[in-house]
Amino acid sequence: MSRAGEQTFVYDRPPRIAAHQSVAGPKEGKGPLASWFDTILEDDLLGQKSWELAEMEMVRRCVQAALNEAQLPDARVQAMLGGDLNNQIIASSFAARALGAPFIGLYGACSTFVQALVIGSALISGGHLENAVCVASSHYCTAERQFRFPLELGTQRPPQASWTATACGCALLNNAEGVGGLRITCGTVGRIIDLNISDANHMGAAMAPAVFDCIAAHMADTGRSAADYDLIATGDLGWIGRDLLLELAGAAKLELPPDRLIDCGASLFYQEQDAHAGGSGCGCVASVGCGWLMKRLEAGDIRRLLLVGSGAMFSPTSSQQAQSVPGIAYAACIERED
Amino acid sequence: MSRQPFTPDQYRELVSKLTPPSRMLRGYWRAFWVGGLICAIGQALTLWAEKLNLGEVTAPMFTTSVLVFAGTTLTGLGVYDRIGKYAGAGSAIPVTGFANSVAAPAIEFQREGAVMGVGARLFTLAGPVLAYGIASSVAVGILYWLARGWVL
Repeated sequence: MSRAGEQTFVYDRPPRIAAHQSVAGPKEGKGPLASWFDTILEDDLLGQKSWELAEMEMVRRCVQAALNEAQLPDARVQAMLGGDLNNQIIASSFAARALGAPFIGLYGACSTFVQALVIGSALISGGHLENAVCVASSHYCTAERQFRFPLELGTQRPPQASWTATACGCALLNNAEGVGGLRITCGTVGRIIDLNISDANHMGAAMAPAVFDCIAAHMADTGRSAADYDLIATGDLGWIGRDLLLELAGAAKLELPPDRLIDCGASLFYQEQDAHAGGSGCGCVASVGCGWLMKRLEAGDIRRLLLVGSGAMFSPTSSQQAQSVPGIAYAACIERED
Repeated sequence: MSRQPFTPDQYRELVSKLTPPSRMLRGYWRAFWVGGLICAIGQALTLWAEKLNLGEVTAPMFTTSVLVFAGTTLTGLGVYDRIGKYAGAGSAIPVTGFANSVAAPAIEFQREGAVMGVGARLFTLAGPVLAYGIASSVAVGILYWLARGWVL
């Protein structure tokens, strides 16, 4: 049975996470999760000529570190699945150019990393790939100039605004047999949900209904409840979005205990770091997932994790044309195997 | 199939209940004193210029030039965005804010080249102010011309 219910892939041959790496920018590296990242950048330009090239270099280094960790030569990588927030996902495709591996470019806004895990796992479980690099990144300076204002413009941000993380996360999946390590056992593909939130600053509010829908679909499809998970980690709802998710779950009578629900964006910065509602961006769930959460799974502190990436699927054009902000979410179940 | 427990209207109400409001009073105070200070500096410059016998027409132009120069320099030094974060409209409305809105894209889009980068993007933020400012001055000018018989 490789499918459950309406939206869930069940991986008959669950792929193993052979290596995972996280890179965080200077500001993220001063946050509460600093000690869990593999690399903290001192310079967010990485010695490059532009922010876009810097983000590409960050992705390249992150992927290279994961390949080194698994001792897999570049030439043996069968696919790289990834995306970012730049127009035409240039950070990922330029990094893939440097790697030379077959490339599947993805866009799920800030949910891209979990989208890559769900699709990459399906391709490995189905026997189409022996290994796959799943990666996603974001950079504060590339995202600001694309979605908002020039960096030096003197503007104020509202309390509900989030801070795009300069970060990258990469997981190398393979089809290794045997026991031990982390495996991805099932994945749920969310629907686009839009409850007519038109404030593009309030991404937590725009995405919370989609995250709720995806978690509810996952539980219904698999016949599980929150009790089957040690931790449910959402991508970048932020503080306000997390509260909204709890309200939605409460009203729909979906079990979602607050003590086992964390949000990567809300965990990334201290309140004093002036990130307002919390961190966001593709790199947020990717770096926190590949850093903090997978390391906690390996430590045995948690054994089964539901990682739910969330994305706000708007563009500056749709925003200027006064359209609402649709949300998307993907969920991947990551388990520790003994 | 919709699993959503709330209609869009109910959800919007919940969102506004759970979203902390901007701190308006604090914002007003900061905008007032920073904006007031920039204007006071401007007035002092004008008085000084008049003392130097620059004349009624030239003195305000002198003031504007100095403030635009200061706004641009502070943008280049990476200070004006911090002032803007603190003061909001207090530093955006005076002419120093106008200078900031031109200098910021000039810095940001350098890497896209002199023509399609800086040239094309220089007035992305200031453009609407110029377009509607000039358009409304033309409209006021026509009204003035039509009404001058009664007014003067």
